[in-house]
This record gives sequence, C-alpha cells and structure tokens, in this order.
Amino acid sequence: MTVKLVYFAWVRERIGLPEETVDLPADVKTVTDLLAWLKTRGENYETALERSDVIRVAINQEHAEHTAALPRNGEVALFPPMTGG
Amino acid sequence: MTAPCEPLVRVQAEDFDPAAESRRLTEGRRDVGAVVSFTGLCRDENGRLDALELEHYPGMAEAEIARIAAEAAERWPLTGLTVIHRFGRIAPGENIVLVVAASSHRRAAFESADFLMDFLKSRAPFWKKEHISEKNSGDWVEARAGDLEDMKRWQR
Repeated sequence: MTVKLVYFAWVRERIGLPEETVDLPADVKTVTDLLAWLKTRGENYETALERSDVIRVAINQEHAEHTAALPRNGEVALFPPMTGG
Repeated sequence: MTAPCEPLVRVQAEDFDPAAESRRLTEGRRDVGAVVSFTGLCRDENGRLDALELEHYPGMAEAEIARIAAEAAERWPLTGLTVIHRFGRIAPGENIVLVVAASSHRRAAFESADFLMDFLKSRAPFWKKEHISEKNSGDWVEARAGDLEDMKRWQR
C-alpha cells in the first residue's frame, strides 16, 4: 500500500523532510503500526517519533486516532500538538 | 430555528482589519443586536522575541477551522461568523487571529467566540516557533495542558 506522509513543525525538522511517499509492508495497517515501522527507518525517524504518544495524526486532512486504519493512496500527516490561536 | 449562518473562514499571510470585519457582519442589517470580536496578537513577554513563525497545514487549516465554525453556527443562533488566521512571520504587536461573532443577542455572540478560540487553539493545525533576538532560531512553542481543559468546558 502506498501513502503520502506529510510532516509539520518539529516532526518535520527532526525527520528532515516535509513529505514523502512510502510503500508500506502488508502488515502496517494502522497509525500505530505506521509509527512503529517509521521508527525502524533511521535515527532521524526514531528521534522525531520517540514519544509517539504525543504525535498527532490527520488522515486525508482530518484529525484521527492512532488506532485508525491507514487510507489506501491517502495522505497521512504527523505533527506535534497544535499551538495556533 | 432558522438555518445556521454561513461562516467566513480565511487563512492568509496578510494582516486583517478587525473593524472592517465587524462592519461586514452588521452593514445593511437590522437584526444584529450583538457583535463580539476577539483579536489574538503576537506578544513578547520579556523583550527577547523577534517574531513568531507560524507554520500551518495548507488545506487542512481551512477545512478544520470551517468544521469548528460550522459547529458553532449549529450550536448558537448566529447571524454571522468570521474567522481569520494568519501564517508566516508575525512580529510582536501584530495580529494573529480574529474571531467575529454576530447574533441577535449577546450571549450567543460571547459564547460562540469563546468556543471558537478554545477549539482553534487545540484543533487548528498551526504551530508557533519563536525567533529569539540573539539566536538565529528559537524553539517551538509547546501546547499547554490548559488548552485541552479549555476545550473540554464545551462538552455537552
């Protein structure tokens, strides 16, 4: 399955990329699976996603839980808690 | 009840004019009894901040603010609602965010503006980074636990 990943704020800075398209292994089905898989891809990912409980997620530009299923050919965004307003 | 008003949502780099936005919601109408306008500004607490850099998620920022505004328009009998959020580099003293809520009565205008700001803080995809005078780049502003508590006040 292919998904587009987009990163913001310190998640983007620590990973070192604003976005990328990745081909996921068959057993990566939920956001939790995705975070665990990304952490195996290098030290930058490990540092960015170290405290995965604080990472917020949006699927196709809507807030989602870590238990959510990944969308086929969709867009998954990973970012820290928001500080707008 | 009449149909909810159509909120106006803008996400932009440029500044905005709070007075002009308030006027837009009252001009030519006779049914507006209350307008509450909230402007959030960039502040420098100890004289070391050059500017804030506001990063946002284009597309989702507009969509998420529109979802929050639509919920407010469902919940309170508003005659008009405008939300503007800026992104990019913003210096101390400059505007960041504007909420203008108009209604026949004050309570709906006050409460919906308050509700909007609480949800914008924790749900709208914006991130503030501080640019500090002596350094090239500062740190990301951390979310406050109190922001989530503020949002929970509105649970029904």
